[in-house]
Amino acid sequence: MKLGGVDWGVLGLYLVFVLGIGIVASRRAKSGSDFFLAGRSIPAWVAGLAFISANLGAQEVIGMGASGAKYGISTAHFYWIGAIPAMVFIGVFMMPFYYGSKVRSVPEYLRRRFDEKTRALNAVAFAIMTILSSGVSMYALAKLIQTLHVLDIPFERLGLPQAWIFHTAIGVSAVVVLVYIYLGGLRGAIYNEVLQFFLIVAGFAPLVWLGLKQVGGWPGLETTLGPSYTQAWHGMAHAATNRLGVDWFGLSMGLGFVLSFGYWCTDFLVVQRALAADSMTAARRTPLIAAGVKMFIPFIVILPGLIAIALTAAPDKAGATAHPTAAAGHVQQHDPGVIPIKIDAATGKPMLDAKGNPQLDYDLATPNLLLRYFPTGMLGVGLTALLASFMSGMAGNVTAFNTVFTYDIYQAYIRKDADDAHYLHVGRLATAFGIAASIAAAYVVGQFNNIQDFLQLTMAFVNAPVFATFLLGMFWKRTTGHGAFTGLAVGILTAAVHHGLTLPLDNIPGLKGGWITVVHTYPSEMAQNFWTAIWAWSACFVVTVAVSLVTKPSPEAQLAGLTYSLSPKISEAHGPWYGRPAVLGVVILAAVVVLNIIFR
Amino acid sequence: MTFDVRLPIGLLFLVMGLLVAGAGLTGGPAVDRGGLNIDLIWGAGMAVFGAAMLLLAVVSR
Repeated sequence: MKLGGVDWGVLGLYLVFVLGIGIVASRRAKSGSDFFLAGRSIPAWVAGLAFISANLGAQEVIGMGASGAKYGISTAHFYWIGAIPAMVFIGVFMMPFYYGSKVRSVPEYLRRRFDEKTRALNAVAFAIMTILSSGVSMYALAKLIQTLHVLDIPFERLGLPQAWIFHTAIGVSAVVVLVYIYLGGLRGAIYNEVLQFFLIVAGFAPLVWLGLKQVGGWPGLETTLGPSYTQAWHGMAHAATNRLGVDWFGLSMGLGFVLSFGYWCTDFLVVQRALAADSMTAARRTPLIAAGVKMFIPFIVILPGLIAIALTAAPDKAGATAHPTAAAGHVQQHDPGVIPIKIDAATGKPMLDAKGNPQLDYDLATPNLLLRYFPTGMLGVGLTALLASFMSGMAGNVTAFNTVFTYDIYQAYIRKDADDAHYLHVGRLATAFGIAASIAAAYVVGQFNNIQDFLQLTMAFVNAPVFATFLLGMFWKRTTGHGAFTGLAVGILTAAVHHGLTLPLDNIPGLKGGWITVVHTYPSEMAQNFWTAIWAWSACFVVTVAVSLVTKPSPEAQLAGLTYSLSPKISEAHGPWYGRPAVLGVVILAAVVVLNIIFR
Repeated sequence: MTFDVRLPIGLLFLVMGLLVAGAGLTGGPAVDRGGLNIDLIWGAGMAVFGAAMLLLAVVSR
């Protein structure tokens, strides 16, 4: 790939502005509250866009494009029955407890509602996950820059070895993120996340426009790809008749309820943005504003995948096929198209699936589309959008890590009674440590090609049961600390055992499951993930209730502001009726229903 | 005085948009995509968006 002077100018301009925002934000990062929670002074619209942007990392931008190419518009279920209802729920029902109790982190809420051991379990698991996630983002960015040959020509001119490109990409991204978080704290991260959000839209929207123009618009995609790619609910009655390999119940409960609510309602990475809002009203509107925007994100991250597969092959004119990879792979042998065949790095030969058909490298769907359509100038904007998405994902993880490490690990177990300046200093050191650990994680990811699968799996184990703990903790005052901790532990164990006893079709026992013995085979890996979540959540819920009923609850005076029945009801009499969280929530849910009907 | 994030966003989009639109004006056939000068169209759009953001920030200040 040859970048022109304008492309380098656009990329350089972005980096200058990102660092500049960090420097400006540093002038107001004078206390712990400033550094970790932006002084709780962020307006709702800024916090709302940061709420989305912190989640628009590598896994979303590249991963959703890949899923769009592999599964079609059904991928939008991750938004329209997954993220959006969960974001409405946290805005309407949960933010009053998070924001009203003045906690500084989600694990701190668990300590105040339950006990120290429940907080410790959540804090340690979360800290490890954020570092690994940040490392995966860093690795994916460096790998993409290497794969797209972005730096090949400059390195050649400078006489530097090509092997250094990977290290340079990791080093530059790490230093930029370190500088703006170290200086500006959460405020620096949030301001940059808003900038990054607009850049991501500016970089990917024209890609969809040009792509749709070439394939004949949405009707052209429908004609080329057929209903299993272009109808979100096509064949959802049975797992065997749709591309996801999941039935409607597994999808609605596993993804729509357990996993989505577990992530969007309890993950401190996103909740932290709402905690930084400047009032209770703004904190409640933050996830609602985010939901209002996020329902349209599939059109810029999933559609490129559909366009790429339409330009690669026409794999599905006849209807659903059980193995889209194989089907596309057959056509791929005749038409190289946009999505290349996946090559085994060790042997240099095409990678084959269980049936011996070549696999497509879906992760390159969006980047290759970008190279295909963007001339010099727009290419710089597109690459900047990719860079912005990777950086916002990294920064989101690091800001969440430095807060949880400082308040929930360092202050809780290492030094309890230091002054605010000391914790501010520790927060900055935790930022540097978080970046260094992310770099180490990025190199570990490169050494073990299955570590990303392992990370996703572990996150599913930990995230699935946690929503049951929060739901009971916030809405049933009888829930006890012993009940919550035991329920969480049993939930995680249930997830592991279920995974060990089941296996997706066409896989061998190991990291994909069945490592105890195979008692059930799922039609797809996604179905296995969703049902693992359902089992984990159910076990956590039942055990938490059972143990709570036989253990002593906390005195009611301690639970004021932490549970529904013991909290003052928020008056919504002031302000216009259409600005109330409940009204906004209903409007957003109605809009999502309309989207589901349009793309059914 | 509080920092308004619309200022850097507006300024970045204005400068970036002008850069890209400039590439469209001087790029000739190389920047044509399906009959569209995508650099000029999208670059101008980004510059207008940036100017609007700057204007909003200044007016509200």
